[in-house]
Amino acid sequence: MTRLVRRRRRPARSGEERLTDSARLVDERLGASPLLKAAMKYLFPDHWSFLLGEIALYSFLVLVATGIFLTFFFEPSTAPTIYDGSYTPLVGAQVSEAYASTVDISFDVPAGLLMRQAHHWAALVFVVAIVLHLMRVFFTGAFRKPRDINWLIGVTLVTCALIEGFLGYSLPDDLLSGMGLAIAYGVALSIPAIGGQLAVLLWDGSFPGSADFIGRMYIVHVLLLPVTIAVLITAHLAIIVRQKHSQFPGPGRREDNVIGTPMWPAYALRALGMMLATAALLFLLGGLVQINPIWQYGPYQPYLGTNGAQPDWYMGWLIGALRLMPGFDVTVGDYTLIPNPFWGGVLFPTVVFGVLYAWPAIERRIAKDYRRHDLLDRPRDAPLRTAFGAAFFTWIAVIFVAGAADRLLVDIGFPYESQVWYFRVLAIALPIPIFFLVRRICRELRASEVRPLRAWTGTLVRRRPDGSFEELGDGSGTSPDSPRRAPGRRA
Amino acid sequence: MSRPPARSPRGELIVVCALLAAGAFSVAFVLLYAFDANTQLLAVSLGLAVGALALAGVVAGKWVVDQRKAVEARPRLVDEALEREVAGTIVQGAEGVSRRRLIVGAAAAAGAGVTAAAVAPLASLGPGDVSAQLKATPWRAGVTLVDDNGDPIGVDQLEVGSWLTAFPRGGDPRQLGASIVVVQVAEEYLDLPPERRDWAPRGIMAFSKICTHAGCAVALFRYPTYEPTSQRPALVCPCHYSTFDVGRSSKVVFGPAGRPLPQLPLRIEPDGTLVAAGDLSGAIGPAWWGVRRS
Amino acid sequence: MVLAVLLCSGGAIASLAARQADAQKGTSVDPVPAPPPTSAAQREEIARGRSLFLDACSSCHGDDARGLPGLAPSLHGAGAAAADFYLSTGRMPLANPTDEPTRAEPIYSRDEIDALAAYVASLGVGPPIPRVDPDAGRLNEGLAAFTLHCAGCHQVSARGGIVTGGVAPALQDATPTQIAAAVRVGPFLMPSFNENQISDAELNSIVRYVLSTRHPDDRGGWGIGHIGPIPEGMIAWLLAGTALLLVARLIGERNPV
Repeated sequence: MTRLVRRRRRPARSGEERLTDSARLVDERLGASPLLKAAMKYLFPDHWSFLLGEIALYSFLVLVATGIFLTFFFEPSTAPTIYDGSYTPLVGAQVSEAYASTVDISFDVPAGLLMRQAHHWAALVFVVAIVLHLMRVFFTGAFRKPRDINWLIGVTLVTCALIEGFLGYSLPDDLLSGMGLAIAYGVALSIPAIGGQLAVLLWDGSFPGSADFIGRMYIVHVLLLPVTIAVLITAHLAIIVRQKHSQFPGPGRREDNVIGTPMWPAYALRALGMMLATAALLFLLGGLVQINPIWQYGPYQPYLGTNGAQPDWYMGWLIGALRLMPGFDVTVGDYTLIPNPFWGGVLFPTVVFGVLYAWPAIERRIAKDYRRHDLLDRPRDAPLRTAFGAAFFTWIAVIFVAGAADRLLVDIGFPYESQVWYFRVLAIALPIPIFFLVRRICRELRASEVRPLRAWTGTLVRRRPDGSFEELGDGSGTSPDSPRRAPGRRA
Repeated sequence: MSRPPARSPRGELIVVCALLAAGAFSVAFVLLYAFDANTQLLAVSLGLAVGALALAGVVAGKWVVDQRKAVEARPRLVDEALEREVAGTIVQGAEGVSRRRLIVGAAAAAGAGVTAAAVAPLASLGPGDVSAQLKATPWRAGVTLVDDNGDPIGVDQLEVGSWLTAFPRGGDPRQLGASIVVVQVAEEYLDLPPERRDWAPRGIMAFSKICTHAGCAVALFRYPTYEPTSQRPALVCPCHYSTFDVGRSSKVVFGPAGRPLPQLPLRIEPDGTLVAAGDLSGAIGPAWWGVRRS
Repeated sequence: MVLAVLLCSGGAIASLAARQADAQKGTSVDPVPAPPPTSAAQREEIARGRSLFLDACSSCHGDDARGLPGLAPSLHGAGAAAADFYLSTGRMPLANPTDEPTRAEPIYSRDEIDALAAYVASLGVGPPIPRVDPDAGRLNEGLAAFTLHCAGCHQVSARGGIVTGGVAPALQDATPTQIAAAVRVGPFLMPSFNENQISDAELNSIVRYVLSTRHPDDRGGWGIGHIGPIPEGMIAWLLAGTALLLVARLIGERNPV
């Protein structure tokens, strides 16, 4: 008779031993332990301003997740249909399949409106985070060698994000976004020499385009641009890992070292917390604050318009530019050479992005500084850069406000016709005093510091009443509360 | 082996509570989804669930686990010896190759050609001569004006100070060249050039509804009740406020538009129906390179 | 031959009158005289209206209500609808003739407004106070008609807008009668729409739609003003941006330590 022999139970393994077994499992197949070790020991300088780029990344993840949900329900088709869903004011209206499917997502798909609104809020917050991150990188000089290529990748990511967002909110073919597409068509047409061909190529015919047009926007929005953005983000992060993140000057921080928090356990948990906080905020907004209620706008037709039509916030600088340009087409005799929308819709963004792309090279030239930098500047440490950046962003901001503030200003008694003139003057005049003011502030801040500049090395001297000097030492041991002043360096 | 004392027992408690709360909110989300699917409740439950997880992560990351920082050296990116070696290896690949310059030059020429061949088929996406497409309108002499329901428009639908949107009978209302706006103004506002004097019977005029600035529909019409204390009649575009003085053949009096709206000559049939007396006076919509102004 | 001359000149005068009759929106230089009052009560109301008119309105509109140049138009042919609209929305009396008449607290009581409207109606045939039945209208017809005729100035959710030279007001405070009267009269810079263009049935639908904009379907949450992307952008920056910056400040370090 056989007897089931009970196998002797192995002695219980500790948690750490079990983890070692798991690591071996992975290693036997992938040989990944060196990578895991390096990843867990990776150091993150963790100033709070270094988290802004992460907010953008996490917004992108929410965009992809909610976007995938939406792709199951959205119908990217211009084919006309009679709306027959649950929103009474639209019943019987002739709308496109794209519009009807978006209203259905909002009204008839469970959690559809939550996902749609979270997706749209995530798009707005994505660009907010990118802009804040861009400003942090600019004003701390993080774009200097060796990170200038990462800056170029970053500015390209801004461009992609803007186009992606514009296409995304134009997909539902509602009255508001349709008007925006018409303007985009007008801007495309205004490009000298090739404008007509370009517009007809993009729209597959003259506006409002062929039956394929929404399908084209859709494939760019759900495939081409997201993949491009994902690849660029991966390159962006890979370069950071290769070069190691920059850091602010401080005790012990030098150009040739990195002081930071290891990835495991602290930083991974904090980053996870940042990601979850971003997602939580976006989902809360997605259900509590309404965004883009396209059922209230109705479907787009080229012969319809509504007052107060505005693009999403990150395109506001362009509507401002289009409104501020004086009304003229550049003509030769009876022939038009440069239609009006070119200046605000093409030249202005080209100049802005041109300056952004070229800035690392420009600054290298002007400052005659071709060295590698891994320690960041505080904005006050580079008065010219900070002042130029303040003036440059002021210029863009004034134009942005010109495009957005019309209703508000009219409500307080400032007629639109006058607004236009004030903003034209302000756009040109305000950046100049801002430049000088900010430069002055930077210099004063540095000159008035009680604490010596961190990471400064040198000798402190004091002048005696008889005019001779006495040395006080090299200042490296100076306590933060010392009343002695460090010599201020004027840029 | 004895463990070191807990760094933050209170933090650990918060983490545990937050995780449990997250679980509870998540269950609430699932139940709400199954039974109610109210957007606001779904958002609050999901948001609080994810937010509680966030709290757990942050508290764990900032107080519970080891907070010590570490130092490491920054990698040198430059290595002159290796750079010379890389260049040398590439050059060595050409060892024994005699006509290096010629081969490289031929490869460059081939590359240029192949690039051109790869890019050329993109033209299949595109249009040929576009001006006909961009200028196309369905308006001709004799075409009846109809409203958005397809019914002919009669002069009885208009009065001084009124306006409406019209389309050509049988045309596609979505085509840019199709939609026009018809207004009626008092004769005192009419200041048309001589060749257009008979385009405005009884002060009724028609213009393309597509703004010549950037292509929005010109959806505003202002008509003064008492002109001395306000403004002349005008069509206004809601996008960038280009303002077109209708009495002066829609001359641009404000805003960024560079050309007036093309005008459609009108004729009133004996039964009062409005009919086009010809095609629009110029290219409709936003301008492009080479388009004529008149 | 004399007959021919008479006929021709008569025709010329008639056509001149017809042109001038078209000259002003809502009013005419030679309006069709109104039918005389049929009861003592009516006569009394008109007389009361006239005395109110002389008190406050004649300083701009003239003692004979034919207008004063550079100040105000003639009210002959303006009709009860115009008077009732302007007075019940407080747009008239207007302190400064070059100001845009905007909605304000009316200074006249309902009876006084009725009297003034009766007086204006007695000056010449003009649009009567319209009868509106919003419940007979259909929301879908209303949205479509409002978008086509009105949204360009008043914004698709009737939140108001800007036109060069004036402001198109938000319509949430307007009563059904006021909405309909404005459509027929075309106050200030607004165009007018007669019954052949917008039938009474369609007007009912438009009014019903405008009333519905007081409580739009905001199933997405807080409506933030119903004017679109500008408040949305403000939330993205001032609410979301600030919140996330605070979280970042909490998670990250401040100064290198």
